[in-house]
Parts: sequence; structure tokens; C-alpha cells
Amino acid sequence: MGMQTFDELRAIVGKRGFISSPEELHTYECDGLTYFRVMPRAVLLPNSTEQVQAIVRICHRERMPFVARGSGTGLSGGALPVENGIVISLARMNHILEVDFPNARVVVEPGVINLDVTGRVSPQDYFYAPDPSSQSICSIGGNVAENSGGAHCLKYGFTTTHVLGLEVVLPDGTLVHFGGKTLDEPGYDLAGVFVGSEGTLGIATKVILRIVKRPECVRTLLAAFPSTNEAGAAVSDIIAAGMLPAAIEMMDNLSIQAAEAAVHANYPNCGGLLLVELDGPVAEVEALMTQVNEICRSNGASEIRVAQSDAERALVWKGRKAAFAAMGRISPNYIVQDGVIPRTALPRVLSEIERLSKEAGVRVANVFHAGDGNLHPLVLYDRRISGQEKAAEALSAQILELCIAAGGSITGEHGVGEDKKKAMAKMFAEPDLATMQRVRCAFDPLQLSNPTKVFPTPRLCGEKPGEYVPHASESAGIAERY
Amino acid sequence: MDAATKHEASGLHSALRYKFIAIVGNENVRAATAADAVGGVQPKLVIEAGTESEIAEILRLSNAAGLAVIPWGGGTKLGWGNSPERADLVLSTARLNEIIEHAWADLTVTVEAGCTIQRLQETLAEHGQRLALDPLWPEKATIGGVLSANDSGALRSRFGALRDLIIGATIALPDGTLASSGGKVVKNVAGYDLPKLVTGALGTLGIITRAVFRLHPLPRNTRSFSVATANAEEAQRFALAVQDSKLAHTFLQSHFSDDASPVSDILFEGTEAGLVAQEAQLRNFAAPAKVLESSTSSWTAREKLWTPADPENTAIAKISVLPANVARTMKLVEHIANGQQVRWRALVYATGLGWLRLEGKVGALRSALQALRGELESQQGSLVALHHPEKMPSFDAWGNAGDALPLMKAVKQQLDPKSTLNPGRFVGGI
Repeated sequence: MGMQTFDELRAIVGKRGFISSPEELHTYECDGLTYFRVMPRAVLLPNSTEQVQAIVRICHRERMPFVARGSGTGLSGGALPVENGIVISLARMNHILEVDFPNARVVVEPGVINLDVTGRVSPQDYFYAPDPSSQSICSIGGNVAENSGGAHCLKYGFTTTHVLGLEVVLPDGTLVHFGGKTLDEPGYDLAGVFVGSEGTLGIATKVILRIVKRPECVRTLLAAFPSTNEAGAAVSDIIAAGMLPAAIEMMDNLSIQAAEAAVHANYPNCGGLLLVELDGPVAEVEALMTQVNEICRSNGASEIRVAQSDAERALVWKGRKAAFAAMGRISPNYIVQDGVIPRTALPRVLSEIERLSKEAGVRVANVFHAGDGNLHPLVLYDRRISGQEKAAEALSAQILELCIAAGGSITGEHGVGEDKKKAMAKMFAEPDLATMQRVRCAFDPLQLSNPTKVFPTPRLCGEKPGEYVPHASESAGIAERY
Repeated sequence: MDAATKHEASGLHSALRYKFIAIVGNENVRAATAADAVGGVQPKLVIEAGTESEIAEILRLSNAAGLAVIPWGGGTKLGWGNSPERADLVLSTARLNEIIEHAWADLTVTVEAGCTIQRLQETLAEHGQRLALDPLWPEKATIGGVLSANDSGALRSRFGALRDLIIGATIALPDGTLASSGGKVVKNVAGYDLPKLVTGALGTLGIITRAVFRLHPLPRNTRSFSVATANAEEAQRFALAVQDSKLAHTFLQSHFSDDASPVSDILFEGTEAGLVAQEAQLRNFAAPAKVLESSTSSWTAREKLWTPADPENTAIAKISVLPANVARTMKLVEHIANGQQVRWRALVYATGLGWLRLEGKVGALRSALQALRGELESQQGSLVALHHPEKMPSFDAWGNAGDALPLMKAVKQQLDPKSTLNPGRFVGGI
């Protein structure tokens, strides 16, 4: 970037919105996945859509890549800067622009913090449903990029379910609108494609969200099982009984220990802990809670507790939400993995993980969104012990392969980013990825918006797509095409 | 198009037809008749493919030959969208109808595009489950067709639209690519969400060959009620109050028309104890309006709306407005309909989506649709005309696609550069 371009960019955002000194840039060289670090050339903090457009137009003119960044809490390197690129931080665009209760819509800027949306609407008894564990610091813009989930998405859906419309600056600086306040706007569902595209299709500058009325009551049950197998069987029975809980979470013994050490959630010490939350009208929830209780008991639960107050409920959740960070209490270093399996594959996959863990001499703690099959194995290691880091990385990769083999996914909510690009080629066949990249070419033909992420091999947009060639495993009859 | 291709497209008797027969067999290729016409355009050939790769291969050959292809599921909604600019081939998915895997314990199903909604629901019900969607004409409508047309009914207010239920899809592209995206698990953020892109694309980007859905349990018990209100304002007040309450209703829809005062239907699902409690709350809530226990006929209200006495003097549109603008919209409909001397009837859901039927003279219908679209678009809504008399002068089905239209065209260009699939039927001439 020439001095002149530098000055032009600074003129757009002003001195306070322009960061270029190496010591300040360090803050932006990675996101929540600190393993990858790249120093950006500059960080810009625009405070309006017009400023974002102006910056992106210059990037487009100069063929300079850019990476949009929210709060930087992502766990896949999605906000990792790219070589010779700039970072556009949306942190200063943090206003809630409109709250419309009769229509249950909220319009926000991308830098608004997830929990602040709920904070703003809770006096009227509404909430914003997607609740990633980082919700007190992560931004709506980041949630849009990653299609964030959370413990309650089993019942309430993901970010994509709750985004009705978007204002987006395309990678050439054009401003466009996808969806809107009303449903089913004529045309392709570009909002559906944009949410979860990990910043590769442009920058969202305004987001229309749906808010939800709080249910009449919420009940949280904690059940202690001898092992995760019994806990898993109870989950299957709950689903088979035709219930759709707001959340079902499972923790194994190692995670329980870590959570206890960190936040004293008063969890029972057991092999498999189940947390089941039901919400809705009181009479309905109580009838169902009785059944959940019976199901847990008949599957060998030794102890069952129902949180008696909001404070108790909050404590139960605090333990679960702190589980990742709590690993620091029992291990100097750890890798957070994020795979998905069909829920019924749980016993098989968990025992495989246990076998691999023993083989590698690396401990694995398991935290699991049991209702939707999202598995978060935490691979624990000590960097100071020679060879452990490598062993932990290898084990983490093997776990992902287990998920793919079980018919699952390499990521349920953390995203592909930089971290899982290679695994994409294991989950998808070449034509699948090529088709996604063709969509990318429609949005960003010059590949300026967070390039080098998501896809294992970049493809030039002028390239003619080749004829369809089946994936090797598919031809061999090993894998179905998913 | 060069001369030879042109000849092939018009005749289709040559080597190309022979190639099609080699792929799907003689019994699955037939000459099209007037009954196969789509939007008044009669194709030349109808092909029923039996496998995904057959679909892909026929599409590839057609694309290379410059033919226009009309994907065909159950044929129930082929009138939706604009008339095609060209139509050479109907490619039917009727034989591609297998339910590949009902993973009931995982609450998912993988199903081929040609399977009818009814057959799928019957299979799912064996394990007490359902695809939580109530599309039109389930006995004929297919998975692929319902997805392409993005059809949804009253259940949408609780369970979301197809975009919220589909978790994976395989599509055949005009160049012969078979591409999968999404997966078989409910929670999955690997790669772009192309299942959402093809949902509602009216078959203009690729032919959906299979889909994976998340499922919901069938309700244990249900109970539905009707609430009569004096006018549109009251009906809206009731609907907004229910939406703003702690009631956990499954759907709420309101009937409006030129000859009766509004009636709202509300459905509850759940345990017996839960239903009793909710009924009591509802009665409290609706007072002084009368709450009557209603039959299941409210479920088929939409199909009734779609069965006009005289289709040649009827227009049917899907409207979308903000929930708090429903009363205002109904007033507007009444005003415009009176001015044009057309009869009207509407079914509007709590989500602000609705169906409007207008009956009258062709010219009046056109003017009424035009006027109403203008009004709705000015208040952030939309009107999509899904049925109009054949003799009605050309009227764009879709209306304004907004400032993202160039990008939509770019997406189309990437996936279907020769405009092989359903040319001209979608928004902005796509």
C-alpha cells in the first residue's frame, strides 16, 4: 500500500479510527484462535455504512484484501488478517437503531454485542434467541458471519433463523439489501447464503433481527448418570417421547471437574451429567418435566435436581458456559474442537475418542450439545512436554475424521475459517466445493473479502468449471455424498 | 445459437433425442402435448429421469444443445412465476421418489425430490414424526416442487419456513455437476448454505435432486379455536396480543373477505394438561370476543382459497406485510377492490404473510393487483401474483426485487450461464 492510499484511508475514518503502529496492531493479529497470527497492514474503525463503503472501494481499486472483524472472539481464525491486507473493525458501529415490538423486529449495527440486544428488549419480556457461550462479548456482525448457535438453538434455531434482512457492502463497495422486515421478499434468499459465509461475501453494515417473547416458565433439570452412555440413552428416550426441549447439554467427568474448579456450579460428581431445559406454558412444562424425570431415573440417574430459582438456574448454566475456559484449571493448554455427529452415533464416537485418547496419552474432556449432536471435545495437553502439542493436534484432527465418518460435520458453530480449510475437502467432494466457489465469484470476483478462508484451494473466478468427477471415496462406495 | 443447434431445438428428433433415450430408456421419453404447456408455452419433449445422475446428464446435454429445460415435480404449482421465454424439455422428477433414510432417532430424513409430501409424511408418521410444513396439495406436490416454490402454510409461524427445515441438498447444475451442500445433521456451519439458495429459486439455478430435513414430533394432542371479531382492526389487535402473550400456539391465521367479518383460527398442540390451561388463558384473553372450538377445516382454508369458481376471472396473490400492518392492508384491499368492482377474500397468518383472492373482470384484476402492489411495496411489503387469468395482459408475477437484483443475476450467471433452466420465469427476467 502506497503512502497515498494510506492517507486516503486515514482521511475516511479519521485519526482515531486508524491504527497502524505495530504495538497497537498486535491486538488484531489473531482472533480467539491464537494459534494463527498475521500482522495486518492497518486496522480501520469506520463508524458508518458510508465509511465502510469508501474503504472497500479503495480496497477494490487497489486490489487489496480486507478482513472484517467484530469482537474477535471467533474460534476458527475467521477474523485472522490476511497477508498484505487490512482489517475493518466494526466495533464502533454499535448502535441499536430500531426496536419494533409489535412486529418483534430489531435493527442493529454489526458491532452491537449479542447480549445487549436481549438487554434492550427484556423489559418488555422479549429476548434474542441465539446464545453462543461468548454472548456477553461477541458481536451480531460476527454472529452473522459465523451463523452462531448456542445451547438453545435446538428449539430456537441459529442466527440464520433470526436474521430477516441485511444491509451489505459488497466487495466492490456496492450497497445492497437482502431480505427485509417482511418475509419472503421476491428473489433468491441471499440473506440465507450470506449468514454463515464467514466474511467471504462482503460486510454486513445493518442487520434486521427477529426477537422472541419469553416463555411463561423455564425449568432446568440436572441429572447425574454413571457414564455418558446412560446419559445418551436418556436423551434418545426424551426425543423418542416426542419432546423438543429448549436445550439438552451433556458433560463428562473431566468437564464436570473443570467447571467445578472454575465456578463452583455445585454439579454432582458423576460420569455423565445431563442438563435438560424445558420452557413454555407452566402446565405444559410441568407435565413434560415429570416425564423427563422418569426417563432419567429409568436410565439409571443417581441424582436428579431441578433448579428451584432463577439464581440456581443461572449457576447451572454458568458452569456449562464456563466449561471451555475452565479447562485452564486442569490443563495448561487445550484445543477446543467443534464437530457434529448424528446424535445416535454418540456412544460409538465417544468410545472411539476414548480409545484414541489413551493411545495418544492425551486427555480429552467432552462437552456436548446433546440435542443437536454438536460435540465439543477439549483436547488437553502441556506445551512444555515435548511432543504433546503435536499429539494433541493429531488427536484433534482424528476426532474430526470420526465425525465425518459418522455422517456428521467438521463444524457445528465455530466455522471453518483458517483452521478447518483442509478438512473441508474431506467432508465435501470437489464439485460441491467448486459450486460454493462459483457462488462466491458472483459476490466477490476479485476475491478480496476475507480471501484464503473456508476453501481448501482457492479458485480463480474466470476458471471454467470442469466436468463432474466423483470423489474417490464415493466411487469406491465408501461415502455417500454428504 | 448456431443453425444446427437451432434445428435440433425445434425438432428434437435427431441424435439428441436418441441420446436421451439411451440414458432413461424409451418408455421415459415422450412427445409433449398441450397438457404439458407451462404458462402457455408448449415444450417438445417430456423426460422422466430415474436417478440423480440421469438428471445431471440430461441437463448437461440439453445445456450443451442450447435447449430450455422446465423442471417438473408434481405439476401443482407450474403456473407460479412468469411464463418461460422458451421451453424445449420438461424434465420430470416423478420417478426420483425414494425416501432414502428416515433417521428417526436423529430426527432427520433424506428424501429424493420426486417424493410427494403426503407419502413422506405417512412414512415419517410411522415413527410419530413429521416435516413441520403444510404446503398446498400434499397428495401431489413433491419435495422438489415445494422447495423450489418455497410453499408454506400456517405452521410456519411455529416451525419456520422451508429454509429453516432444510439442512442439506443435492442439486444438478446445467453443466452436469451434481453438488451437495449442508449435510445430515441439524447443526452444521461447514461451507455455504446452498440449500437456502435453491429454496424458493423456482428451479432457476439447478434441479434439486434430494434434500435432507430436520423433523419434528407429531403433536400428542391438538385443539383449535375460532375467534370472531367485528372488523380488521379488532382482528389485528387480537392477533398482535396473542403474539405478544405467553401462549404457545402453533398457528394463528385470520380470514378476511368482502362479505363477512373477520374470523381468526388458532391451533394449540401439546399435553392434555397444557391444552386445558392454554384454552382457559385464551378465553380470558379474547373476551368479550367469542371463542369457539373449531374443526380441522381451518387446515384446508388455503386450498379452498385456491379453488375459485371461475379461474379465468380470478387472480391469487401471496402478500407479505408487517404483522402490525395487516388491518391497514385489509382496508387497502377493500378500498382498491371496491374501486375496481372485484370480489375479494384473504387468509393472513400471524407472520404477516397471506393469500389474497380477487375475482372480477380481467382488466379490473390487473389494475387492482398493480395498485395494491404499489402500496405494499411502499410499506416494505410485497405482492407476488401466483395465479391470473390466461387472457390477462402480461403482468410481472414478482414485482420489485430490490437493489440486489444485479447480484442475483450474477449468481444465476455463475450457475446457469446459458439460462437453460426455466428462462425468464423468475424475478427481473432471470
